[in-house]
Amino acid sequence: MNELEIKKIRKRIFWWNFVKYGFMIIISAPIILFYGWLFMGAFEGKSGFTLHNWRFLWEETVLKGLPNIWAITLNTLILAGGVALLTILVATLGGYALSRLEFKGRGPLLGFTLALHAFPSITLLVAIFYILRTMGLLNTLGGVILVKVALELPFATWVMKGFYDSIPWDIEISAIVDGASRFQTWFKVMLPLAKPGIGALSIFSFLSGWSEFVFVYTFILSKKAWTLSTYLKGVIGEFRFVDYGLLTAVSIFYMIPTLIFFLFAQKHLLKITMGGVKGT
Amino acid sequence: MVALFFLLPAIITGLLSLTDMNYTFNWNFIGFENFREIFYEDPIAKTTLINTIIYVFFTLLFFNFGLGLLLAITTTHMEEKAGRFFRLIWMLPRLTPSVVYALLWLWILDPTEAGILNSILKHFGLPTYNWINMFPKTVVIIANGFIGASFGMVIFTASILSLPRDMIVAARVDGASELKVITKIILPNIKWHLLFVSAYQMLSLLTSYEYILLITDGGPFYKSEVWALYTYHTAFGDWEFGYAAALSVILSIAGFIAALLYLRTVNIRALLKKPKIEGI
Repeated sequence: MNELEIKKIRKRIFWWNFVKYGFMIIISAPIILFYGWLFMGAFEGKSGFTLHNWRFLWEETVLKGLPNIWAITLNTLILAGGVALLTILVATLGGYALSRLEFKGRGPLLGFTLALHAFPSITLLVAIFYILRTMGLLNTLGGVILVKVALELPFATWVMKGFYDSIPWDIEISAIVDGASRFQTWFKVMLPLAKPGIGALSIFSFLSGWSEFVFVYTFILSKKAWTLSTYLKGVIGEFRFVDYGLLTAVSIFYMIPTLIFFLFAQKHLLKITMGGVKGT
Repeated sequence: MVALFFLLPAIITGLLSLTDMNYTFNWNFIGFENFREIFYEDPIAKTTLINTIIYVFFTLLFFNFGLGLLLAITTTHMEEKAGRFFRLIWMLPRLTPSVVYALLWLWILDPTEAGILNSILKHFGLPTYNWINMFPKTVVIIANGFIGASFGMVIFTASILSLPRDMIVAARVDGASELKVITKIILPNIKWHLLFVSAYQMLSLLTSYEYILLITDGGPFYKSEVWALYTYHTAFGDWEFGYAAALSVILSIAGFIAALLYLRTVNIRALLKKPKIEGI
């Protein structure tokens, strides 16, 4: 290869790099700017840095007509925690059964769970409303938790099944040969091995419960049982156009768990979020 | 529980669609009257149908598929760290609670001078606009697209990275240009993933309405109302449960067809194994 050719190739590589990095920076700029503004908005006053926007945390009078922020935060915690706990409970058992136990109708059940995942929640919303009303669960967090868990289960069970699938059979068989019962094997051998899966899944169902908006908005009409999502919606209703500093501060407060997760779980993030129930 | 919140609702939705139930919750069967009305008499249904087609088509083409693929290709052609950084940024909108994400858009496009976009325009002496009222469909498509792109991105990235390295290196050694490598080797090899994402996201978009509800609420004058949102409004705005159920039956049928499509694109066996790969 002569010098001219090397030069040509170098130039090509340079331009190729220029194009791809340039493209990514330009296309990603809006997102970076959006979130930058969000943070700046929350801490920016007329004269530089301020905590003035955060006064809603200690002064009840700022957001008149809306319930106490800490009560609402507690509601949100209950909802998210309840969803995570129930999902894990059912999914660890169900996933194991689907992965390891041979029983009648296993195949169809597998397909069925998969089809459920494809079933959109909007088409069921009306009927679920009717059921919750009949059961007297409207306006309760418990009702929302039940619905949310039910809709999340097919996916969660599938993920758990995947984790169990990846544990070698030999381990389980050796436990049984050593005299453990099937249940003991599950509890003492399989569960500890599936821990990473359980961890990931509980974080995801927690966050999904934490962010839930539509179900809370639809099934809970009394302000007392609101969660932070409907609360923020209420604040937007009253303070839009007027006080974006306050709005962004409430937003950031609401996003704390999401942000913590985002900062600490970066590595695994891209691999496990795809299946969530979110629409788009 | 799955039966309670999937099977039962499905049956109830079917039954409800044959009634004219409203906020009084009386079962009054009127046969296929609702469907007749939707097909022949409801002008909003017609607008909504057209909006839905526009919304699904453009969001899918430009963002969920197009941008998703572009992001995947560009970030896999970078240094690993840079690529991961950009992919993480694109995950942010998906993880942000929907109400916060919607607030961001409301703030940026705010018609008054408090809006970010308008305040920037004003700074340069340019006229300001009421963006959401002027371009409701575009706003809805872009806002949803920023979330939707990450799904395709994650799946395509995983599939590109799983291609055998030597295949690509061999092509490069043979003097193929980068563009050739992409169009002749990468794309044909991930075509099933391309199909899967398109069909799967079509279903998701068809039934998504949360962000539209929060950002434009279908307005102004139904200009950004999509079928799923219309169902929601009919049920929980007008309290016409029977009519809403009929609307959602139609949506379910459309969704079912989309689901069949995407189940076709991936053979079930491969999908059965899927969670294993996305596991961690």
